[in-house]
Amino acid sequence: MIGLGHYLVISAALFSLGIMCVLTRKNAVSVLMGVELILNSANLNLVAFSKYAAGNLNGQVFAIFIIIVAAAEVAVALAIVLSMYRMLRTVNLDRADTLKG
Amino acid sequence: MDPKLIADLYSFIPELTVTGTLLLVILADLSLARIRRTLTFVVAAAGLLAAFAFTIPLFGAEPRSLFYGMIALDPMAVFFKAFLLLASLLVLLAAPGSSELAKRQVGEFYALLAGVTLGMMLLAASTDLLMLFLALETVSVGSYIMVGYLKNDRASNEAALKYLLFGAVSSGAMLYGMTLLFGLTGTTKMSAIRDVLSGAAHPGGNALMLLVATVLVIAGFGFKTAAVPFHFWCPDVYTGAPTPVTAFLSVAPKAAGFATLVRFFFTGLAESHGVPPQWATLVSINWMPIVMVLSIITMTFANIAALRQENMKRLLAYSSIAHAGYMLMGASVLSGDGLQSVLVYLITYLFMNLGAFIIVIEIYNRTGSFELKDYRGFSRRSPFLSVAMSIFLLSLMGIPPLAGFFGKFYVFAAAVNRNLVFLAVIGALNSVVAVYYYARVMKAMVIDTGEETARVRVSWGNLALIWVMLVPTVCLMLFWNPVQRLTSSSWHLFLGN
Repeated sequence: MIGLGHYLVISAALFSLGIMCVLTRKNAVSVLMGVELILNSANLNLVAFSKYAAGNLNGQVFAIFIIIVAAAEVAVALAIVLSMYRMLRTVNLDRADTLKG
Repeated sequence: MDPKLIADLYSFIPELTVTGTLLLVILADLSLARIRRTLTFVVAAAGLLAAFAFTIPLFGAEPRSLFYGMIALDPMAVFFKAFLLLASLLVLLAAPGSSELAKRQVGEFYALLAGVTLGMMLLAASTDLLMLFLALETVSVGSYIMVGYLKNDRASNEAALKYLLFGAVSSGAMLYGMTLLFGLTGTTKMSAIRDVLSGAAHPGGNALMLLVATVLVIAGFGFKTAAVPFHFWCPDVYTGAPTPVTAFLSVAPKAAGFATLVRFFFTGLAESHGVPPQWATLVSINWMPIVMVLSIITMTFANIAALRQENMKRLLAYSSIAHAGYMLMGASVLSGDGLQSVLVYLITYLFMNLGAFIIVIEIYNRTGSFELKDYRGFSRRSPFLSVAMSIFLLSLMGIPPLAGFFGKFYVFAAAVNRNLVFLAVIGALNSVVAVYYYARVMKAMVIDTGEETARVRVSWGNLALIWVMLVPTVCLMLFWNPVQRLTSSSWHLFLGN
């Protein structure tokens, strides 16, 4: 029988993969994919908790809001990445090195 | 429709005004090219001013929650609404005087500013994790665009990208922490979270999970307030962003971050008894040491890192991180005094920090440089700018009788009142370190001699703004009674449902 624990393990794995992706990738778009993994792990948590533990729909409503916010955030993120690409002809984060110190 | 919701709307007028301003600025931006620049500015300024005026009657309103417990209307929320509107208004007034923004269409910039202001006002008042997250994202996404506003400038683009990636990851981590809190308590309301965690249904075996959740949420707040070790974005973003945006980020979103941090910890993870309330952390999670350590490493690291900065914006970035450390110290002592000290600090910080940034803008307009070496001998080029800058820097150091001293005094006093003398001592030692890098700027301007000697004329707009900041920085001491009364009545939080 699949229970709360299974969902939590999967969501924790997703969260860790997301963090790993953010930390290791050099490509700005891949980093954004990692961010999506993190947000979706939170969604999975919310829906699982809402079904098995909380006994109310708050979690599922929260998850819907997160999906919307994630879409808005990615729209802005891709615009910024595109703007960087126009300037540098690359989306490699190692090239974004004018600011340091 | 629920009549209570309609009644709630009357207490929501400042936010509605800002929303209206946002829409009107977008409309005004579609007008004739010749008047567009002026019209959008006037509409935005009038809108923010009106919202500020509508906030004033809310002072003294009975503390209650609005919209089914999503946001609170309490003295703390009203104080922050007024504070954030004032900060946005001052930044708005500084924007036309910046030669960086002069190259771009500014209508959208004003609209974004209004949008971020709306987000911050909601953030400071939110009592529900869902509302908190939405408001936080409204502030963040708007700020990313504002930082990258100079889209033909490589530094601005890079700053926006870095801000975006750090922001997205830390808000994601914060969200994951919030979901764990929801799982532990079955609710997203802060007051209900406290009731569950302290009540009979105490989740005994889940102390570790609660700790993980708290640390992840702290990561999100740490990002917004730029506390070490979540500060990496801060110096780069402050350097790359257009200077009015830097000034804005260093004051307003930071203040909103503190408002929500305080509300989350004092409402959700602490119990209070009596009038005036005495707080204690929940038995299941003692977060005080975590925030205290965060505050200590924030101010220490930032003050040391600021010592070797050669770029003014970068130096002020590290200085703003250090100031966040002092304010975190006020919040970490978990008392009414501590909350009041954060409010006092924010008031003084608003004027001295914005003042310093406006001078940086004005000097950039004249010399085209943010480098400290181009500040050499500035007292011979413009005595007024040098004297004003010195006053702001002395205030940032915390030299009496300037405003900055009172902020530090209240914070240290709050720590001593809770028998946390070591915290106050560390804070005082840090202020001594800070004197060095502020004094370096003064030395460059007053003692050193530069190659350029041509006189610099200050534009009248910036001159007026500098005076607006200078007067409170110098004279706040004379009006201490009202400030004391305002802050001591404003730290009260609405803790119920």
